[in-house]
Amino acid sequence: MEISVAWLRAVAPTIADDGEELGHRLSLQAVPVDKIELIGGELQDVVVGRVLRAEKHPNADRLTLCQVDAGGEPFEVVCGAPNVIEGASYPFIGPGGALPGGFVIERRKIRGVVSNGMLCSEQELGIGRDSAGILHLEDGPAPGTPIAEVLGLPDTRLTLDLTPNRVDLACHLGVARELAPAGVADISLPSLGASWDPEWVAGEDSAGTSGVTVRIDDPDRCFRYLAAVVRGVQVGPSPEWLQSRLRAVGARPINNVVDATNYVLLEANQPLHAFDLERLDGPEIRVRAAASGESLTTLDGESHELDSESTVIADASHPVALAGVMGGAESEVTAETSDVLVECAWFDAGHTRRTAERAGISTDASYRFERGIDEGGMAEALRRCVELILAAAGGEAERAAIRVGRPEAPAVEVGLRVARVRRVLGLRLSAEQIIGLLEPLGFGFEEEPAEGPETELLVRVPSWRGDVTREADLLEEVARRYGYDRFPDETRSFRPTTVPDDPVWFRRDRISRLLTACGFLEARGLPMVDAARAREDRVPLLHPLSATEAVLRTDLVPQLIDRLQHNFSRGRRAVRLFEIGTVFSKASAETEASDVRDAYREEVRVGLVMTGARQPDHWSSAGEDTDMWDLLGVTEQVAGLLPGVEIRPGHPVDAVPGFGFGGWLSDDRTAMFDGSEIIGAAGRVRGDAVDGPPWAGVVFAAEFRLSAVGVDTEPRYQELPTYPSTSRDLALSVPSDTPAAMVEAVIRSAGPAELVSVRPFDVYEGEASGEESRSIAWRLVFRAADRTLTDAEVETGVESIVTKLREELDVRVRKS
Amino acid sequence: MTSDGMSLRERLEGIRTSGLAAFTAAVDEEALESARVRYLGRSGELSAAMASLGGVPAEDRPAAGRLANEVKRELEAALEDRLSKVAVAEVASGASLDLSLPGRRTWVGGTHPVTQVIDEICEIFGELGFSRAAGPEIETDWYNFTALNIPLDHPAADMHDTFYLDDGVLLRTHTSPVQARIMMDGEPPIRILAPGLCYRRDAWDASHAPAFEQVEGLAVDEGIDFVEFRAAIAFFVRRFFGSGVKTRFRASYFPFTEPSAEVDVSCILCNASGCSACKGTGWVEIMGSGMVHPAVFEAVGLDAERYTGYAFGMGPARIAMLRYRIPDIRLLYEADAAFLEQFV
Repeated sequence: MEISVAWLRAVAPTIADDGEELGHRLSLQAVPVDKIELIGGELQDVVVGRVLRAEKHPNADRLTLCQVDAGGEPFEVVCGAPNVIEGASYPFIGPGGALPGGFVIERRKIRGVVSNGMLCSEQELGIGRDSAGILHLEDGPAPGTPIAEVLGLPDTRLTLDLTPNRVDLACHLGVARELAPAGVADISLPSLGASWDPEWVAGEDSAGTSGVTVRIDDPDRCFRYLAAVVRGVQVGPSPEWLQSRLRAVGARPINNVVDATNYVLLEANQPLHAFDLERLDGPEIRVRAAASGESLTTLDGESHELDSESTVIADASHPVALAGVMGGAESEVTAETSDVLVECAWFDAGHTRRTAERAGISTDASYRFERGIDEGGMAEALRRCVELILAAAGGEAERAAIRVGRPEAPAVEVGLRVARVRRVLGLRLSAEQIIGLLEPLGFGFEEEPAEGPETELLVRVPSWRGDVTREADLLEEVARRYGYDRFPDETRSFRPTTVPDDPVWFRRDRISRLLTACGFLEARGLPMVDAARAREDRVPLLHPLSATEAVLRTDLVPQLIDRLQHNFSRGRRAVRLFEIGTVFSKASAETEASDVRDAYREEVRVGLVMTGARQPDHWSSAGEDTDMWDLLGVTEQVAGLLPGVEIRPGHPVDAVPGFGFGGWLSDDRTAMFDGSEIIGAAGRVRGDAVDGPPWAGVVFAAEFRLSAVGVDTEPRYQELPTYPSTSRDLALSVPSDTPAAMVEAVIRSAGPAELVSVRPFDVYEGEASGEESRSIAWRLVFRAADRTLTDAEVETGVESIVTKLREELDVRVRKS
Repeated sequence: MTSDGMSLRERLEGIRTSGLAAFTAAVDEEALESARVRYLGRSGELSAAMASLGGVPAEDRPAAGRLANEVKRELEAALEDRLSKVAVAEVASGASLDLSLPGRRTWVGGTHPVTQVIDEICEIFGELGFSRAAGPEIETDWYNFTALNIPLDHPAADMHDTFYLDDGVLLRTHTSPVQARIMMDGEPPIRILAPGLCYRRDAWDASHAPAFEQVEGLAVDEGIDFVEFRAAIAFFVRRFFGSGVKTRFRASYFPFTEPSAEVDVSCILCNASGCSACKGTGWVEIMGSGMVHPAVFEAVGLDAERYTGYAFGMGPARIAMLRYRIPDIRLLYEADAAFLEQFV
């Protein structure tokens, strides 16, 4: 929404601050101001130039040779604009003068003829967007008059970013109420140069008033319809002041009748529409639902097929306008129009929205109807529009004006308790102070309200503030009019929350600390992925932005592999990434859906990928690549943080419900269990699942649930040993099909209570160890908490281990 | 020029040449010291040459004096330069290891810059008694809109260009539904933060992504007023951005807060003098906020007369971009290791 400060001053002459200050105040107390622009601030060299003679350039078809009167000796000027007319006036800049921005106009030869200056378009002057032709000045201002004077410049244009609640600020009247020192008391609308004193004929139906019948067929779609008839208008360009007003806020002048409706729209927020009365069959106006099969071509030339979802204005036979959205081309006011019917209606927000959506257009009118217009200002808006038409286009208005539909409602009254102001805002304001803040905005109060904290003020809400319906709305008015930055800087005591931390954050913190300590960098991915990157039970978006972001991710690792590939593409070979994020899927069919959300599952997972050098390159050695043991180590450490979670090497995980391991995991893998449930897996990524360059290393990855993990426990201190330990090494010949973990289990079960650690320290699978077996050397550590162990005690322990290994697993001590 | 003058000049030039050569040739501190004594010492060659200045004719004396000083400065500079190099070389070779070679490092991981911002926000509000809550990203339109006083047919819903999954089911457009869930589950006093992803149908560009992180905050209790709300936000801004940063509250509109406020901080990039980050205004918007709307209390079944509260929502990705001068939001989600390593 664009607002002209000059226009504001025309509406409320007490507004004295400069545009910068007004914009600043508006942005603090009402709505954001995106831009504050000075327009026409550098036009000192531009004057009115009247074209005395215009003829074709002798050497160019598209150029015109003009003689321009700029108040002294005429200038010979070459003009390239298509719209230059002999006798008309345009902004003119003589040789040596500068355009806004500093561009100096020189005397120069154009196609063999010297041009002494330039006729300007509104874009060249920096006051508008039209660059199609030079700016035609109406009313023949005296040649040589400074252009700023003619156009009412300089001016400041404020661009507001209106919030949905403050549609009342979509017009100059609304902004002036907000900014004038005394608010509504300072409003004094300028006279428009004609007067019209209508005689309202009200009722259900206006049969025959002013020769027109108006009927609202569906009172849910249109609450009120006012209309006036002006006969004998001369349609043509608007006077210069009116065009300047519109241009100042970026609106395009069209003709004096249409400009009058737009002027009132921008002054008072009331959308109006002028019909060519002779084009209305009947003449009759009916507001009704469109019938299917009907169609309408709107002013923009677009044709629309209609149905009952759309609301239309129809004449006796067919639709002539999309109600509250746009008029029809057929009944448009043109140069031939002599009699007009001016519509000033109040359409329902929801129906206007649907009508606009169906037609695929949004207009200044629909924007306002969708948010609510000033019901109480309709008659005044119509009056001003008719007066402006009379002043700008002549003609005569019918005295009888039409009003059908709902009568004007009494003002909405809302209670405001002084005590509540203190409770919610923390301000100790008296009733008088509160009234002083709200009255300028048009809020009404009883004559003499009681004083004291128990007072409840009965506040009459002005008709243009449809957003104010309850006490909280008034509290906001008080707070913002008081000024958010004027509130005292005081601290209050507070009670801490009763809501405990969600456990997911605690787990996230711990896992994140461990993985960053292991050299992993955290990635954050957005969950929208290509369907090919997700499982069958994925959740598609109804209206995705693109095919590559069409579904929600079902697993983290596929996306992390994509991220690895991105790193490969940047020439990076060693990468360790992890992510803690949400994955989504459809719930299985048998789940009973009591809530629509139950049809979906989401859970927080941890995913990680690692590849390339195990440690950063160092000159001292060739360095080794990350391998399965690195991944397994990380997985063991992660499992150690999650109570109840253990890993089971080699366990099949391809068909675990809820996981897409089949898409990337090779046979070198381990499953993560929480009790009997698989909650994740880690392993080598299959070569076909990574699209990497030839120099890329083997990729390892893991993914597991975070949200399913059981009770978190605090670490518990364990007493540190005070007596020395004794260790024994045991080289065992282990059959190839016996897993090391089984050997370890037997050692632990056979060993005495003093056996505190069992770790393999060498594994040898060479020929020497025999084809059927391999050699695994273990280091056993014995220690008692209360004494130093004797050699004999340790030997006894080792012997029972050796015996049990032989008996249960056929594992023997290697002979050296 | 006299022959004496000539000979002094030649003598000085000779000292310059041989002195520089001697310093360069010295391989340790000892050799360097003896070279210093020979050329720059109290009874060294340069001193001797300068002592003979008195014998030079008066008209040549200034030029000769200048030359002597120039040679002295040059030799002193060369000595100092050589001394520093010899010292390093000695340390390296003396320890029998060439410690000028780089050391062996390990991979060092780190959290994402956006996570770091989220964690810091949680830590600061933690001091004000806030805990961390979580809520689903797939939501119903009731929690996402209706409970938050946003009628589905209202233009306010236009502010959220929503990804729907099904009729009435959507990806949350803000973290505010967590407010409703927490209030329905618990009793005040409530002070929670809810960091998480939310989704809007924005196409990717340098400052937009179809999903983004948000940190929601909610405080509900008896007796919370606008003054407390302002103080809490101002406390956060001072702790997060530093005590020199100013806070400004602007009137705004959110259906679920009233009064509503946008919070701006004075631009940390240009020190509020106006730059591209603050669009020349000197202020940067960091959060939307306000007092909880009574309609929200009514929707979740809390007594709107008894309880008051404030709520806010901020974008940690935007704040991270501002704080770390990250020019393009897409960098945050590429997981480029070279990018992430900068924030370790």
